[in-house]
Amino acid sequence: MDLNLDAPHSMGTTIIGVTYNGGVVLGADSRTSTGMYVANRASDKITQLTDNVYVCRSGSAADSQVVSDYVRYFLHQHTIQLGQPATVKVSANLIRMLAYNNKNMLQTGLIVGGWDKYEGGKIYGIPLGGTVVEQPFAIGGSGSSYLYGFFDQAWKENMTKEEAEQLVVKAVSLAIARDGASGGVVRTVIINSEGVTRNFYPGDKLQLWHEELEPQNSLLDILNAAGPEPMAI
Amino acid sequence: MTFTIPIDNGDSVKTAEADSQRTLYPYVTGTSIVAIKYKDGVLMASDMGGSYGSTLRYKNIERMKAIGKHSLLGASGEISDFQEILRYLDELVLNDNMWDDGNSLGPKEVHNYLTRVMYNRRNKFNPLWNTLVLGGVKNGESYLGMVSMIGVSFEDNHVATGFGNHLARPILRDEWHADLSFEDGVKLLEKCMRVLLYRDRSAINKLQIAKITEEGVTVSQPYSLKTFWEFKAFNNPTAGAEGSW
Repeated sequence: MDLNLDAPHSMGTTIIGVTYNGGVVLGADSRTSTGMYVANRASDKITQLTDNVYVCRSGSAADSQVVSDYVRYFLHQHTIQLGQPATVKVSANLIRMLAYNNKNMLQTGLIVGGWDKYEGGKIYGIPLGGTVVEQPFAIGGSGSSYLYGFFDQAWKENMTKEEAEQLVVKAVSLAIARDGASGGVVRTVIINSEGVTRNFYPGDKLQLWHEELEPQNSLLDILNAAGPEPMAI
Repeated sequence: MTFTIPIDNGDSVKTAEADSQRTLYPYVTGTSIVAIKYKDGVLMASDMGGSYGSTLRYKNIERMKAIGKHSLLGASGEISDFQEILRYLDELVLNDNMWDDGNSLGPKEVHNYLTRVMYNRRNKFNPLWNTLVLGGVKNGESYLGMVSMIGVSFEDNHVATGFGNHLARPILRDEWHADLSFEDGVKLLEKCMRVLLYRDRSAINKLQIAKITEEGVTVSQPYSLKTFWEFKAFNNPTAGAEGSW
């Protein structure tokens, strides 16, 4: 079986950004693959740009890292010159600038999310090509294909922080169930006027979906447990 | 003289080297724009979809924007390139305003500028992957023109991009006439947009109609069109011929 260990590190990925009444919730899986091999099963795809703006990275791991490094650098200088925190819009636009002007070389889709005092919580999707789209919620990465229908049905405006985070965790978990390129843990980052909260949902603590079984330590535990009643009706 | 609008299928430009400054294929695309001249100016219609290959990924993209006081620009093709064109035009309009001489760019001028930009990019093998429709009114004169990604540019009484060229233009050739009222113009555009909705895979049922007159530009709120499926022939089409379609 050809694992193709020389393939570029790519984050198959599922990334999500959702606005709620007061801020945003960003979510992602944690799998980074090199061909068929999982190079990192606990990656952090939600990267900080400033105190109040984060970005979810998908596609080529290298490309997304270098783009966010550049933008973090630019935003740092911008914040010093501006004398106050950068806005989410400016952060998104800087990402767009790099993504658009290098569109032939980059292969990364990003979701920028954050909170600023002018516009509150905002999410900007920046797919391949460098289009910027402001959205109430955004999904990206290979796992997102499985979530279009889910969000069409489950999304609603003005959710609470708890509802929004639960929606994100459920969605990433569903995508992980069906997308081979997504997996591991679900990480979320909540950004609002009060600050930033990072959460971590390990893979084995997520809800089980269709044809998934409760994890066991060993078959032996099943065999040794009380047997079923014979011919029970 | 004939020309063909290139179809965005991702492999129309083949090049051996990974040349760093060539746009090879579009990613997020908008479908047709349809526009007509009418009594008071120009009417333009577009849906609000941004497709990502075959996925109807974005459903709230405004593909028609006002330019200065006298023009309306509609775009199909790669959305990121359209956003870049809007930035170029922002600069153009800003510089025009800075003269502060009472003059302002009319649709003819904007169309000409866009034609130059598109053709020059085409010559460098790095096109802006759009087909643009430029409509406007200045000093009582209506103007409607189109520029493609290879720099082909012309004016007409009615224009359409993409699928619209094949499905909407024939309807317009038949039913357009000078001095259409606003109501008749809107109904005509809606007739075209409905056909596109039935027959264009990348069309979505959420559209806007924009109007430009001497007074200025108005873009309507997004709305959906009713579609008709209750034909008897649609009910059991393969009844007499199982396996057919």
